[in-house]
Amino acid sequence: MSLLTVSGSPHVYTEDSVSKIMYGVVLSLIPAALVSFYFFGLAAILVTLTAIVSCLFFEFIIQKYLLKGPVTIFDGSAVITGLLLAFIVPASLPLWMVVIGSLVSIGMAKMTFGGLGKNIFNPALVGRVFLMISFPVEMNMYPKPIPMSTQLTDIISGPTPLAIVKEGVAQGENVSDLLPQVPEYVNLLMGNMGGSVGEISALAILLGGIYMLFRKIITWEIPVAYLGSVVIFAGILWQVNPEIYVDPLFHLVTGGLMLGAIYMATDMVTSPMGRWGMIVYGIGCGFLTIIIRIFGAYPEGVAFAILIMNAFVPLINRGFKPKRFGEEVKNG
Amino acid sequence: MNEITLLSVISLGALGTIAAVILYMVAQKFKVIEDPRIDIVADKLPGANCGGCGYAGCRALAEEIVRKESLDGMSCPPGGNDVMKDIAAVLGLEATEQDPTIAVVRCNGSHENSPPKVRYEGAMTCAFAHSLFAGTGGCPQGCLGCGDCVVSCDFDAIYMDEQTGLPVVKDNCVSCGACVKACPRNIIEIRKRGKKDRRIFVSCINKEKGGVSRKNCKVACIGCGKCVKECNFEAIVFENNLAYIDYNKCTLCRKCPPVCPTGAIHELNFPPRKPRPETKTEPAQA
Amino acid sequence: MKTFTLGGVHPPENKFSQNAPIRELPLPETVTIPISQHLGVPATPVVKKGDTVKTGQLIAKGEGFISANIHSSVSGTVQKVDEVIDTSGYRKKAIIIKVEGDEWEDDIDQSTDLIKDCALTPEEIIKRVNEKGIVGLGGATFPSYVKLMIPKGKKAEYLIINGVECEPYLTADHRLMMEKAEEILVGISIQMKALNVSKAIIGIENNKPDAIEHLRKLLPGYPGISVEPLKVKYPQGGEKQLIKALINREVPSGKLPIEVGCVVHNVGTSYAVYQAVQKNRPLLNRVVTVTGKSLKSPSNFMVRIGTPISQLIEEAGGLPEDTGKVVNGGPMMGKALSNLEAPVTKGTSGVLIFSSQETSRKTMLSCIRCGRCASICPMGLEPYLLAVLSDKKRDEDCEAERIMDCMECGSCLYICPSGRPLLDHIRIGKGAVGKLIRSRSH
Repeated sequence: MSLLTVSGSPHVYTEDSVSKIMYGVVLSLIPAALVSFYFFGLAAILVTLTAIVSCLFFEFIIQKYLLKGPVTIFDGSAVITGLLLAFIVPASLPLWMVVIGSLVSIGMAKMTFGGLGKNIFNPALVGRVFLMISFPVEMNMYPKPIPMSTQLTDIISGPTPLAIVKEGVAQGENVSDLLPQVPEYVNLLMGNMGGSVGEISALAILLGGIYMLFRKIITWEIPVAYLGSVVIFAGILWQVNPEIYVDPLFHLVTGGLMLGAIYMATDMVTSPMGRWGMIVYGIGCGFLTIIIRIFGAYPEGVAFAILIMNAFVPLINRGFKPKRFGEEVKNG
Repeated sequence: MNEITLLSVISLGALGTIAAVILYMVAQKFKVIEDPRIDIVADKLPGANCGGCGYAGCRALAEEIVRKESLDGMSCPPGGNDVMKDIAAVLGLEATEQDPTIAVVRCNGSHENSPPKVRYEGAMTCAFAHSLFAGTGGCPQGCLGCGDCVVSCDFDAIYMDEQTGLPVVKDNCVSCGACVKACPRNIIEIRKRGKKDRRIFVSCINKEKGGVSRKNCKVACIGCGKCVKECNFEAIVFENNLAYIDYNKCTLCRKCPPVCPTGAIHELNFPPRKPRPETKTEPAQA
Repeated sequence: MKTFTLGGVHPPENKFSQNAPIRELPLPETVTIPISQHLGVPATPVVKKGDTVKTGQLIAKGEGFISANIHSSVSGTVQKVDEVIDTSGYRKKAIIIKVEGDEWEDDIDQSTDLIKDCALTPEEIIKRVNEKGIVGLGGATFPSYVKLMIPKGKKAEYLIINGVECEPYLTADHRLMMEKAEEILVGISIQMKALNVSKAIIGIENNKPDAIEHLRKLLPGYPGISVEPLKVKYPQGGEKQLIKALINREVPSGKLPIEVGCVVHNVGTSYAVYQAVQKNRPLLNRVVTVTGKSLKSPSNFMVRIGTPISQLIEEAGGLPEDTGKVVNGGPMMGKALSNLEAPVTKGTSGVLIFSSQETSRKTMLSCIRCGRCASICPMGLEPYLLAVLSDKKRDEDCEAERIMDCMECGSCLYICPSGRPLLDHIRIGKGAVGKLIRSRSH
């Protein structure tokens, strides 16, 4: 018989583990990936694979040769970073840029802070923002969705619905005149629009979100607070003047909002820990998203909004403590 | 255009001046008048803030020295006598010469000497392991091997020997006493460094009866008292089944280590003995 | 279905022995009775080497207010009063008795007839409970008579009986409720009389529907007592959680249940109170669950205090080959044993046998800040934060984050996907903060 083990209580542990959580997230992203592969074809598949492989590669290199520590590339976190990074760049992006984005995501945003669990900002979003500022032309050429295309060059690109509305309004046109230029809402929901690889189909992302809720990988607070506040803030502006400000439903189904609210903002590492903190964080994200989308220079504001709120997370954690048992006693 | 430039220069200049005036006034109001000697003394100290002197840090010691205007009972373990002499010279005081000291680990319950009977799993901190169980070897006073002492050391002067599972004090130990406080079992003791770093000490603090302690550990002090009889200088105190060598009385004559039946008395940094077939002791490890 | 609101986890229940009737364990050859089996001051031995003792004879007397008497659980000769290795591997004082026959003290009623009526006054009941060395049998082993005495200025409204048995694996209370229901109910009535309360609620988790039904059937004979099924959630057996679940009152931080008019006792304790008051019988034995996935026959034993744990394991089919850990108590709050010869004490509710793979901790990874520990903490604390603060020795900050509210239920360590030893660190922090508070009051 082997030696008896002595340890502090408890003596049973949950089946769940970091890699199970991470691969659960990967699994939930499959519907969104399939939709994007359908609309953007081979190009989307290539971008996705490149991002995943290069993220794993850079994490391996850094852990093995720079940090000289244990190599944990198969815990799933690098796969998620790669997948999410691929999902928020255009499918037509040159692959070498995807590799640079992966390097920034893993090297700069994750490993410089000490690896999984220590980073302040969401790695995939940092990679995307880096690419957006470094290669604005390529990052703003969104291919038009052509089902099952295998074309890799000369992809026809066009503006995203958000860009159509934003530029139109800036040039003095009315929202009601602009809306016919964008696909109908049903198509937007399904993902039939120009946009980044994985963020086009709000429905597929919602499906993944429900799966994650079911698996208890995420909680409802952040997505609900984020999407709810977007609806409220956009709704207020829409009520003020529907000819300048587009309706809240349009905000919900376009751009990276759905992906951001369900996958980026809920990233465990960079989001608050307590319930009220999560809600405040979600509302902050929603508010900033609308501000940037409507008043900012970029048509899309989800990435910036979440990164800005990431910076506030330590403060939120400090300010919004969970309700303690027996703190305020109201006994009937 | 010029107007704007002028306006900016004037307004920013005015802002700067106002800020400077406020800063000056605040600085005057909250000025702390301090004995200038404190800074001089603090400069002489090593600045390690180890707390070995018994004060919160180097500056706290400097303040105390200047306030008391005496060096009685003050010492700086990392700086040693040189630093204290320096300070004494600056302040015109007399420094008392102190013998250099070093931390000594008084347990030799390595994996081999005290084979593990259970396995420990959990946070690698002695403080918790101590509250949980007697230790893998079974000795309720022995080293737990989780390395709280190593973590506590600011000087990188103590490390865990992977093979024995025991901490080893390196020569650069400044005897600040952090490890002594960190050890939940009081195994580490600050002892005199001794001439040429030579030291003799009982490497066990087990107070159980001989048979009991021996069962858990081959090299435990079993309280036989042979060393006490051997010592000509009354340097060995015997209490609660445990021998203790008083480093102030010990003359490093090396008579006690060979008589110890379990080899619990260690001698460090001595030249090798001439082979004496009747002794059973193995030479102590460094 | 009622339950407490804040946090909580649901580990796999694994109640293998829930249908195993309580069996009387054969008398051991020697018993080792530690003098400290309760919370508070250890008792003082009143016997010496060579004395002959009868079953039920007082062998160590409680010292001071919070302490308990200890009685011999067997008859025989006192071999020695010495320090022996206890469950933790440390040496503690104990009385070792060689068993010779089974001769009981004359004033103990050994029959199993149910005596319903109790003529004693509340003061007499409390005195009897104190004399007979009854302590809380849920695991905390707090002397019961202290809990029956209401401090001046306070009034008890409810007697809460803990039949929750929220710890996975354990079935001792469950079996007791099935087999000794009437005795428990009489015991509760006696406790109600002592406390001068008219309402008693027995809280039982609804994974024991048979016990709920069985007790409910008997309820008509006992006015004021009700049974409340509760949703299965750990740690519902915690005093504060149970009160919250049953009558929706929150015991303020750092206060006792009496603050909200409640007194909480375990069903096992009620049974012991019945034995003490109606049968004049001290706390000599208790029900112990011996269970484990690989154990041959998981069982519930009626065990004399002082029996070596190894004998219980032997009776349940012997220690399996792949054993990696033996736990004294439940899997969430029990203590891992380093010595199987340690005796059963008043607080031993179970002996769990785990295989090495079942109970080995996960490899520790970085905290991924998932916040699960904070969301399941039944006291609303932030274990991830407390663990870090404690590790960094920031004791004042630990205190400000209410580390002393932690009841060490183990939910945080259970739920952590990164396998971080949160509770280990929190325990160190609690020790340090406790020291800090004590040093302040001196």
